Amino acid sequence: MTRVHDMGGRFGDGPVDPGAPDDPVFAEEWHARALAVTLAAGALGQWNLDMSRHARECLSPKDYASLSYFEKWTAALTDLLVDNGVLSADDLRGQGDEGRHALADRALKPGAVAAALAKGGPTDRPFDGEPAFAPGQRVRTLRPAANRLVDGGHTRLPAYAAGAVGTVLRCHGAHVLPDAHAHGLGETPEPLYTVVFPASELWAAPENPRDEVTLDLWQSYLEPA
Amino acid sequence: MPHDHHDHDDPHALLPPDPALRVRALETLLARKGLIEPAALDEIIDTYQNRIGPRNGAQVVARAWADPAFRAALLEDATPVVADLGFFGRQGEHVVAVENTDEVHNMVVCTLCSCYPWPLLGIPPAWYKSDAYRSRAVREPRKVLAEFGVTLPEDTAVRVWDSTAEVRYLVIPRRPEGTEGMGVDELAKLVTRDSMVGTGLARASGA
Repeated sequence: MTRVHDMGGRFGDGPVDPGAPDDPVFAEEWHARALAVTLAAGALGQWNLDMSRHARECLSPKDYASLSYFEKWTAALTDLLVDNGVLSADDLRGQGDEGRHALADRALKPGAVAAALAKGGPTDRPFDGEPAFAPGQRVRTLRPAANRLVDGGHTRLPAYAAGAVGTVLRCHGAHVLPDAHAHGLGETPEPLYTVVFPASELWAAPENPRDEVTLDLWQSYLEPA
Repeated sequence: MPHDHHDHDDPHALLPPDPALRVRALETLLARKGLIEPAALDEIIDTYQNRIGPRNGAQVVARAWADPAFRAALLEDATPVVADLGFFGRQGEHVVAVENTDEVHNMVVCTLCSCYPWPLLGIPPAWYKSDAYRSRAVREPRKVLAEFGVTLPEDTAVRVWDSTAEVRYLVIPRRPEGTEGMGVDELAKLVTRDSMVGTGLARASGA
């Protein structure tokens, strides 16, 4: 049910290496190329952000654990290109068709980069109706934390927060639902809430009784508590 | 219910395993088919290497310290306020600013991937994307903070924001003592990247 990317609360990862303030933005030149190829290929419009997140999550646990960050990006991009029919396995083997691709007119032009990055991809949407929950209200998250539309599909409710009771801090209006959008099931916008949970609701041995964790959660992840 | 079929004859295994060669192979293949333009890639890299970075966020924090009306507007609804300063776009479409005080210290993580406010802070550093930070920041934030050299009083609550949607968080660190009368540009120099993620504090004046 869960995937290896859903690692919040996991034990055994060792200390964080804080690096140095003057570390370069990209430690290796290929990191920069991996990021840029991924963004430029995304501009072809053959998948959305939720699909690309899901593609990284679909890497096998073995690959997810062994590949470095930008290797995961490259691997997931390659899988997306093939799964969406942009490239063929023969293309990757160096045995594909030569010549211009049918989608080449959509290629991101150098002069269009600034506008594309500035536009981004806002996910707020108009919504008819009232949000089911208001700030201050107590809510409980679904358990298990799982996509309810596609078994094993993408969701943004982490396993560590499944079945937990918290308090709504804020409603952000309606946002595109990743659980549907990652699977081509439309945007189906829902109210999105920031919910605050006491650390004691999430962990067997919280560090301090005052501590809290907040998550941004869609309405269908929640029920009244 | 449909199932999420993903078998493991993974396409990516067809490319060279060396990471640099793998990226180059993919870039070459896409460019040959006209699907990407290498000059556009250069433009993307130049943007995040040289033009967008933590000094953007530092400008926002310094203004919040210096201007109470700006601070109030920022805490109320940060997205239009930072957009007015020119900070908007990819991975910064919806912004919330959270302020550190005596009572609460805010800290940001993305346990599921690596969500981060790009227009304000640039591309996330390696530690933010590391398994260790993603797994531990929510469960033992004080131990993680200690690894960054930060120790908080026991009576300061730690509130960890797990960025699970498209809302991006900017921490407003506490203003250092002895900075009264400083201008925005001078104040901005005290604002570190890590202080805006909540794994650091602003630099002391004169340090």
